[in-house]
Amino acid sequence: MDAILLQILNGLDKGSAYALIAMGLTLIFGTLGVVNFAHGALFMIGAFCAVTLQKMLNLYSVVIDPEKTDFLGNPLKVKVPYVESWFGEATGQMIINWSVPLAILLAIPVMLAVGYIMERGLIKHFYKRPHADQILVTFGLAIVLQEIVKAFFGANPIPTPAPDLFKGSFDFGLLIGFAENTIIYPYWRLIYFVFSTAIIAMVFSFLQFTTFGMVVRAGMADRETVGLLGINIDRRFTLMFGIAAAVAGLAGVMYTPINPPNYHMGMDFLVLSFVVVVVGGMGSLPGAVLAGFLLGVLESFASMNEVKSLLPGIDQIIIYLVAIAILLTRPRGLMGRAGVMEE
Amino acid sequence: MLDKFKNNDNALMVFFTIMVLAGPIILAPFGAGYPDLLQRFAIFGLFAIGFNILFGLTGYLSFGHAAFLGVGSYAAVWMFKLLTMNVIPALLLATVVSGVFALLIGYISLRRSGIYFSILTLAFAQMSYNLAYSVLTPITNGETGLQLSLDDPRILDAANSSGSLPSTNLFGLSMNSTAKMELLGMTLQFNVGFYFCALVLILGFYLALRIFRSPFGLMLRAVKTNQTRMSYTGLNSRPYTLAAFVISGMYAGVAGGLMAITDPLAGAERMQWTASGEVVLMTILGGVGTLLGPVLGAGFIKYFENIFSKINDNVLHAWFGFLPDGLEDAVVSVLHFFVGKGWHLTLGIVFMLVVIFLPGGLIEGANRILRRLSGQKTGSSATDGPKQPAE
Amino acid sequence: MSKIIKTRREVLKTAAVVGAGLSMPTFFASSAFAGYRNEPMGGSVTLGFNVPQTGPYADEGADELRAYMLAVEHLNGGGDGGMMNTFSSKALKGNGILGKKVEYVTGDTQTKSDAARASAKSMIEKDGAVMITGGSSSGVAVAVQGLCQEAGVIFMAGLTHSNDTTGKDRKANGFRHFFNGYMSGAALAPVLEKMYGSDRRAYHLTADYNWGWTQQESIAAATEAKGWETVNNVTTPLTTTDFSSYVAPVLNSGADVLVLNHYGGNMINSLTSAVQFGLRDKVVNGKNFEIVVPLYSRLMARGAGENVKGIFGSTNWHWSLSDAGSKAFVKSFGEKYGFPPSQAAHTVYCQALLYADACERAGTFNPCGVVEALEGFKFDGLGNGPTEYRAEDHQCFKDVLVVKGKENPSSEFDVLEIVEVTPRAQVEYAPDHPMFSGGALGTCNPGA
Repeated sequence: MDAILLQILNGLDKGSAYALIAMGLTLIFGTLGVVNFAHGALFMIGAFCAVTLQKMLNLYSVVIDPEKTDFLGNPLKVKVPYVESWFGEATGQMIINWSVPLAILLAIPVMLAVGYIMERGLIKHFYKRPHADQILVTFGLAIVLQEIVKAFFGANPIPTPAPDLFKGSFDFGLLIGFAENTIIYPYWRLIYFVFSTAIIAMVFSFLQFTTFGMVVRAGMADRETVGLLGINIDRRFTLMFGIAAAVAGLAGVMYTPINPPNYHMGMDFLVLSFVVVVVGGMGSLPGAVLAGFLLGVLESFASMNEVKSLLPGIDQIIIYLVAIAILLTRPRGLMGRAGVMEE
Repeated sequence: MLDKFKNNDNALMVFFTIMVLAGPIILAPFGAGYPDLLQRFAIFGLFAIGFNILFGLTGYLSFGHAAFLGVGSYAAVWMFKLLTMNVIPALLLATVVSGVFALLIGYISLRRSGIYFSILTLAFAQMSYNLAYSVLTPITNGETGLQLSLDDPRILDAANSSGSLPSTNLFGLSMNSTAKMELLGMTLQFNVGFYFCALVLILGFYLALRIFRSPFGLMLRAVKTNQTRMSYTGLNSRPYTLAAFVISGMYAGVAGGLMAITDPLAGAERMQWTASGEVVLMTILGGVGTLLGPVLGAGFIKYFENIFSKINDNVLHAWFGFLPDGLEDAVVSVLHFFVGKGWHLTLGIVFMLVVIFLPGGLIEGANRILRRLSGQKTGSSATDGPKQPAE
Repeated sequence: MSKIIKTRREVLKTAAVVGAGLSMPTFFASSAFAGYRNEPMGGSVTLGFNVPQTGPYADEGADELRAYMLAVEHLNGGGDGGMMNTFSSKALKGNGILGKKVEYVTGDTQTKSDAARASAKSMIEKDGAVMITGGSSSGVAVAVQGLCQEAGVIFMAGLTHSNDTTGKDRKANGFRHFFNGYMSGAALAPVLEKMYGSDRRAYHLTADYNWGWTQQESIAAATEAKGWETVNNVTTPLTTTDFSSYVAPVLNSGADVLVLNHYGGNMINSLTSAVQFGLRDKVVNGKNFEIVVPLYSRLMARGAGENVKGIFGSTNWHWSLSDAGSKAFVKSFGEKYGFPPSQAAHTVYCQALLYADACERAGTFNPCGVVEALEGFKFDGLGNGPTEYRAEDHQCFKDVLVVKGKENPSSEFDVLEIVEVTPRAQVEYAPDHPMFSGGALGTCNPGA
């Protein structure tokens, strides 16, 4: 029982990352009709916003320490970050320590700008082109983006820890009457879960309760008619692309303390997020979110020892197995609309 | 010139055959005239041709075709291990096994269309890859890949006591024997393995040509154009698409078998989604639905992978040695990012440029150039653009 | 149209073997050139450096390339000579190899067997490389080693830690300088016993492929011999990025040590997850919960940041070693590139030197001569103390380092500290040890 509760917790946390990315993909696909293979790259760029901020905060002046020597026997050059020399050591270290949450502030404008440039500069020209062309050009873009990041930051993962305040884990088991150490969960992962659900809720209420959102939803349903009503739907869709990029970027920023980011993290998520979107049903936002959490939870269950001893290797294939099962029983995924991407 | 082939299949066939057979001579000046890369051109060309029969004709975008390639490789290597080093049984088994595998996966996946079909094929291929890498290691030898070993039974071959592995052969003609020839300072290498692959490629090309021109091919095109209308006329399209899927899977299996024949090793990463994606890219890059396009696209990507990745700063300095020192260093330090470890970057940029400016793929680019050369007015290119499925 | 040659001796052999064979076209049978594959004819000799330049191990590949270029410089008489000055064999004179200038070609393995073999083949077929070296994973090492055996060139394996490379997949033309899973276990177990006691219960998380399995087997056997109990061994798919669902149940399993049989990105992510779950702050069975990472790479350990502090593991070499060879290498590498070399750099530098030295001593580039010169070769001065390339399996035997994550690093390179240098005798095993059995070297193949 405690093991199952633990894996549900785990799965919801994993699922929240899937759901965020899949929601962004669906937003772009639903509004613009574009299959965006560069969406994983947007997630990765978001993560590297956090890395960049951390590097910027760590910009340093060099002080020679004659007492110590470096590996070649020369006097050691001690690097003192500017923020430490400006704000004093304690405050400076505190700022550096909080670089991941601070990076959210950086990531929002950066991602909106990246999204805007991408849509106006490239994607716009591909609305009328076949999906295959869209896939190829966005895939090419994804490769270019990740190679640029690699040229700047190298191929190895870069540690971007959470603030010290959120280190360690929380004992849920004690709270609900289990023994100590049975259901523990890291603070930062709990924050990630709460953060994701908040973002998802914000996007939904934005679409549901604002006039802007209403127009966008109308456009998703029938773009032509909305255009006939004299509404400039294109401009709104551009903004939606920006929002989708920002969602992916924020998902990336907050993910950095969970796994140190590297340049190919976007590609690692790409295939998975497409599976999530399709299982949810093309063009359905609630479907994408639901499928994200569902696959996250099922993946966690599949990694349990008890399950693995029954079905060896099940954790290797569970996502795909579930995808096949769902697509064969529900032709358009969980909540897909008829006629979308079926040709 | 390429336009003329539209009306003359025989000329196209002759042209293709000559180009392929003369590969070692034509490609030598580009540094690609060595056996391994030539074999890869032929093998991936075949793979892409087969993929194009499904994607180009029916419009069904399979994202798991690499699974058939991998299965074909495993089948061929097992044949080498158990039966004989002769390539014919290996190639036959590769074809049959991949055909059966394609029938299974196709039967299930073709119940859905569009992206749902793509994801189903992707899911099957990823499952095959993940299992081959881990749980199925007794059959696939996992991470390391299935290899020959000295104590394999090889029941049809005579006992081997030489202490080294036998090589794959066609009734005694070893696949890795090479005749070398010096010409204009270049070494031309004529390799048996390459010519074996080339013959299979030409045969595969001919078959594809026949399929494209047949009533069956027409039916497949009808599926692409409007499947709903087709079913309203009382035709069930499933048997046709399934046949196309199996044929194209068998092409992949043959390609996988050839990979094992030229290099007897079968690794799981051949089935990974990136490998499936690669054949999609080859086909689109070359020109979807065209006959020559996929071969061109395959050659293009493999050239990048094998030649660009080997250019290092040393090579660059040798190339630009004629420039003044400062300029030389500047040029090298800029190009540094695009070659060697940066070959992915160049490939990504090229993808984007081709898709943006040549919607019909490389074959359209070739058409444009040839038309320009033959002095036709550019005005006609508008009618020959992406709207019309180029052939 | 000057010469037409046959490159594979198997041509005739297989013709004889397969009875129904066609007779050979005569032009294949020309034997104008009966020496060995890619015999260097001009004033230079070409080596092939086949390293990962794209993909997750690209940084290790880049460090290997740096070391190779340094080695080439030293072999050709440039620079300060590095470890050539401390190497016990004095056959190298700084005038290339056998008087021929050393040139090199580079390629990208992509950490995929197929791509690595394609790259190696192009070096052999197109560039005339007489030796292939490099790589950063066991799958690639075994695949390329097999290729080199068939093609008839020497393979110096680079980074490969699986027992199989010199175990069931050993080849006559291949040599490994790096240590392996068995040695990691044998070196680590006594230190772990000393630090954590003999009454421990270990939980293994193991990467679900060949290397992971052999390492897990080795570590479990070595620790169990010291009295530890292996509570559970859970395999994780190679493609896993989030290990939370594997780490979460550990604490509740009654184990008090977590062993992470992961490498590279897997290691960074699983270790980060384990620390996030607060495992190291817990007390189980009345003892502090501990984590062990049997195979460390400094480059990779950096990616895990603070999480490696105080965690034990093993490594092939570390730049803080104070013997003359290591110092000379660190100095020439550090002065050229501005930072200390990694174990990958050290390994491949040694291999380049050892290959060159073997050619000098054999007086030929012929692979069979080189194999003979390297088999059973004993030397010193390359950073790991007295070292031997064992003839039976072509595995290198030398001291193994047990390290732990440094608590107070003085710089970004100062991630690990050496806890113990385990002497060679303690990590040695019989060539037919069960974990290494089932393979055969075969005979050396000169490829012509």
